[in-house]
Amino acid sequence: MSNVLVVAEQRDGVVRGVSHELLTAARTVATDLGGEVHALAIGAAAPAGADGLGAFGAATVKVVADPAFAGYSGERFAAAVAEVARQGDYGAMFFAATSRGRDLAPRVAALLDVPLAGDVTGVGVADGTVEFTRPVYSGKAIATVRSTTTPALATLRPNVFPASESAAAGAVETVSVTVSDATTSTVTSFQAAGGDMDVAEASIVVSGGRGMKDPENWNLLIGLRDAIGADVAALGASRAVVDAGWRPHGEQVGQTGKTVAPKLYFAIGISGAVQHLAGMRSAGTIVAINKDADAPIFGVADYGIVGDLFDVVPALTEEIRKLRAGG
Amino acid sequence: MFEDTRSHPLNIIVCIKRTPDTETRVRIADGGASIDPSGVKFIVSPYDEFAVENALRTKEAAGNGTVTVLTLGDAASQETLRSALAMGADAGILLEGEVTQDGLATAKAIAAELEGHTADLVLLGVKAADDDQQQVGPMVGTLLGRPCVTAVSGFSVADGVATCHREVEGGTEVVEVSLPAVLTITKGDFEPRYASLKGIMAAKRKPIEQKTAASAESRLRTVSLELPPERPEGRIVGEGADAAPELARLLREEAKVL
Repeated sequence: MSNVLVVAEQRDGVVRGVSHELLTAARTVATDLGGEVHALAIGAAAPAGADGLGAFGAATVKVVADPAFAGYSGERFAAAVAEVARQGDYGAMFFAATSRGRDLAPRVAALLDVPLAGDVTGVGVADGTVEFTRPVYSGKAIATVRSTTTPALATLRPNVFPASESAAAGAVETVSVTVSDATTSTVTSFQAAGGDMDVAEASIVVSGGRGMKDPENWNLLIGLRDAIGADVAALGASRAVVDAGWRPHGEQVGQTGKTVAPKLYFAIGISGAVQHLAGMRSAGTIVAINKDADAPIFGVADYGIVGDLFDVVPALTEEIRKLRAGG
Repeated sequence: MFEDTRSHPLNIIVCIKRTPDTETRVRIADGGASIDPSGVKFIVSPYDEFAVENALRTKEAAGNGTVTVLTLGDAASQETLRSALAMGADAGILLEGEVTQDGLATAKAIAAELEGHTADLVLLGVKAADDDQQQVGPMVGTLLGRPCVTAVSGFSVADGVATCHREVEGGTEVVEVSLPAVLTITKGDFEPRYASLKGIMAAKRKPIEQKTAASAESRLRTVSLELPPERPEGRIVGEGADAAPELARLLREEAKVL
């Protein structure tokens, strides 16, 4: 019997929704291992939402609250996570495959001297061993891997494990750790990107490519995103338009950009180069709008419209606005 | 005597990896746990090219220093090192050993070699284009006890401090780190330079040190490797703006995503 430790994803003192996805995935693994799910939150104080982690299956919510953790430091946070991990019998530990999680998890793996499976899209237990599936070769193959030692560490891709509630005790337990005073890297400033939702976190992505013809035309995509809802939808871009300076690199989807797995992905004026497909082929539903009926993007799309995007996008925006208004 | 007004020499080691070209068609080899390498074109992992480019620019800005490229792999990785030497790196190190899915085993082999070097900066691509695990850099930093900043899109070095820009969810961070440090590099403002003919010729004469990698056992076992499930056959809803109402209806009623 061993437990599963979920390292909660937080930003600005608030637990992020992806933590609920991690807990949902951890529940099935913990059940198969005959153990329970623990969550870990680290900050200057208990983050907002830590007490709600029980609703998603955390039997215990371990909170490390110390002013030393007011700002993120990979070295310091990793030492704290590793210390908590050593205190329990953990068969597996899950982190979010976000900027933060992908910075933190490898350090923890090195400290605990165990392997890490990165950007995992499937978890399970076979023959009593935790097993992970993960896309490799730009999503052109799927590897199933097992760690030969415990805990089995993984970063889990956001939006892939739909969060569902299943109440557990969720008792908040304060844990103290040794704080390393080695400050070797310091975040000196943070510039928020206008408050728009990040393309890697959004459940719906509206992406544009070279077919948009001019950066000014992005007002069409912004209109579509807003009709869907800027609280759930984000803008994405192909490499070509990022390289042309039309859109910021933070929006780039695909190789050398971000890998996304939203439930709905609009590829608008994007031909579908293999480098782009690498970043979005695991989306739930893919919609392609392109005037070239032979564009490779139609090969992966669930729904396609062949036509001039300058006609199609405004019409679609209007239809979605009507749907939303009608409930 | 003339006073040397240049800054202190800056020694940079860039860890690179030989990966299949993204355009390559992947076939699963017999045994079902690896790809069939026949007919596969190999390249320097694109993220590692960003790291090499940043190293060369940093050395050029310092006016003094070296860029050494290091790889773990088989003899064929010589070619990978030559590509980086052709871009302008000064020397190469080939650690002959097996590369597996276990990034910690890779990190241990690299860290063991780096122990013997005094490098101000160790750069790596943020991830390899084949495994896509995004882990070796911070593992190397942790094993060496050196600070590591990940997913750096650009940096500058002054007075023993690297000022790094990171794109994170919701914005851009500026992180200061004292040298020696480990940085993982992602796409930023610079495209990797193309090797010139002169660079390619010069690369042939640059030294590559070849040695056996410190062995580290892989503890992440590949149980199977499969082609991804085919996406269900898509359909063309229609042509032009007239198809928009039907598309919206399908997204709401059939796919249930709106």
